[in-house]
Amino acid sequence: MTISQQILQQLVNGISLGSVYALMALGYTMVYGIIKLINFAHGEVFMIGAFVGFFSITKLGMGFFPAMFTAMIFCAILGILMERLAYRPLRNAHRMAALMTAVGLSMLFQNLALAHSWIGASAKGFPQVFPLQRFQLMENVNISSDRILTLVIAIFLMIALQFIVHKTIMGKAMRAVSFDKDAARLMGINVDKTISFTFALGSSLAAAAGVLFALNYGIVVYQMGLLPGLKAFVAAVLGGIGIIPGAMVGGLLLGITESAVSAAGGSMFRDAVAFAALIIMLLVKPTGLFGKNVREKV
Amino acid sequence: MNKRFSAILQFMLFLAMGYAVQMAMDAGMINRYYSHVMTVMAIFVVGAVSLNLINGICGQFSLGHAGFMAVGAYTSAIITKNPDLILPAMFTGNVRFVLATLLGGMMAAFVGFLVGLPSLRLRGDYLAIVTLGFGEIIRILLLNWDFVGGASGYFGLVRHTNFFAAFLLSLITITIIRNFIDSSHGRACISIREDEIAAETMGVPTTRYKVIAFVIASFFAGTAGSMMAHLTQMVTPASFTFILSIELLLMVVLGGLGSITGSIGAAIFLTYAAEALRAFRAYRMILYSLLLIFIMLFRPKGLLGTQELSYGLLKESFKLRARWQRKKKDGITASAE
Repeated sequence: MTISQQILQQLVNGISLGSVYALMALGYTMVYGIIKLINFAHGEVFMIGAFVGFFSITKLGMGFFPAMFTAMIFCAILGILMERLAYRPLRNAHRMAALMTAVGLSMLFQNLALAHSWIGASAKGFPQVFPLQRFQLMENVNISSDRILTLVIAIFLMIALQFIVHKTIMGKAMRAVSFDKDAARLMGINVDKTISFTFALGSSLAAAAGVLFALNYGIVVYQMGLLPGLKAFVAAVLGGIGIIPGAMVGGLLLGITESAVSAAGGSMFRDAVAFAALIIMLLVKPTGLFGKNVREKV
Repeated sequence: MNKRFSAILQFMLFLAMGYAVQMAMDAGMINRYYSHVMTVMAIFVVGAVSLNLINGICGQFSLGHAGFMAVGAYTSAIITKNPDLILPAMFTGNVRFVLATLLGGMMAAFVGFLVGLPSLRLRGDYLAIVTLGFGEIIRILLLNWDFVGGASGYFGLVRHTNFFAAFLLSLITITIIRNFIDSSHGRACISIREDEIAAETMGVPTTRYKVIAFVIASFFAGTAGSMMAHLTQMVTPASFTFILSIELLLMVVLGGLGSITGSIGAAIFLTYAAEALRAFRAYRMILYSLLLIFIMLFRPKGLLGTQELSYGLLKESFKLRARWQRKKKDGITASAE
């Protein structure tokens, strides 16, 4: 296996892993863009999505696509509820209060999952829904059918999101609210509804990411949201938090870097990569790759 | 009696009290279980009060306090377990433990500096996510570091920590942090909490003060970690997880963001509650997270807010109440006329 083949192989792995991060990062970035809050519970929405998908397949006997769709709907509702019950009352409170509530929600979801008799502490095997096939792209460069599926679904969802944000009324409202909430309200936009919609959109993308992640790695466990959540946030910062195309690029970039490092230096440092990337980004260009310097006005 | 003298007297009084309790423990008047719990309380007081310096006084949001405790714990454990590593072999026994604790704190402070500097330069919530990530990364690195036992942990430490040591550490922590808050540096930190932009406009070097507060807090977290390690006689990557950070956060929030006495009370109460609720261990974290959410929803500044609980406050509140009642009465008579 030559060096160039290895690089290509890692590129293929990285892109499919990165597309999952990108899907999650979109949720972080949209919510941050609209209410300036890091939604710590986003990783847990990802976990819940994976479990809803898992139980839809194993307990209800659904196919893969209906199961993913169920997970997305379930998490969209969860996202709306979360915003309505926990974040909306704190919208005008101190910034820290909302953040701590988000941390509390994240812990709550994780421990509810842990205490639930269906889930518990042990990892469960995600069923192999499609017969695993390997395709050879080139000599020594392979891609599995699951990875192709992940990539296709992720790209489809991202295109759908771009369509919603740029071509629909609701998307226009989202952009307006994230630009200036008060001005948007004066123009007759229902700000509360728009924020709810953003949460629903972000959470359903996280659910899809969760199901795809579970499909690729073959397991679901109650703590699975923590590290991917962290990495997706890093991806969002890499691309410039609040910027939708930035999250996509950041996710892919992070996925590729991570596979490259785990191939080169062992998997021990794999999880540290995202962290190092975050620190370096904050030192060099905190606004992210696509970010513009925004002056803070008082 | 001048103020400094009374402060020293107060410190000595508490010290004597702690020593008396330790004597009672040694004499077997307090059983081993209770003395263990009380020692843990004292260690958590250190953790909560130092976290309050970041989250309450400075208005920043750290989620990785357990990570700094881990750094301190492992550093000191390596020093006390290897008689000729890092410190020369001439230091043995308790002297070595005290020095190891200090070094553990310094190591944590240094790591805190490295972690804090990039994120504290920025306004916003980056510190939360960076410290959260830091806590996880430390855990993963320790899991993979064979020299300190990897996942099974570092065993066979000598039990250097007793109640008096932990109590003394908590007294020192409280004294230093209280004095820091009352100094001009502390006032600068509070101004950052209240309005960062305004503070910057008034010439407060915000980044520098945030980093100073963060480093001090990390130092004390490291010493608390060392105490904990030499109490339980082992350190494992599982002893300093995100859950511990959340527990400390809850102590700060429950006591009031910015209230030192509140943190002390909450640390003691929650440590006790954790022991009392041992039977419901599985549901403890659910309860904690619900508590955190509800406090934030209904009392975002924490139970005590920035108030300090003191004898003076009690007197003040009675005085205020009396004045208010007098005014009400006067108001009624005035309107009657």
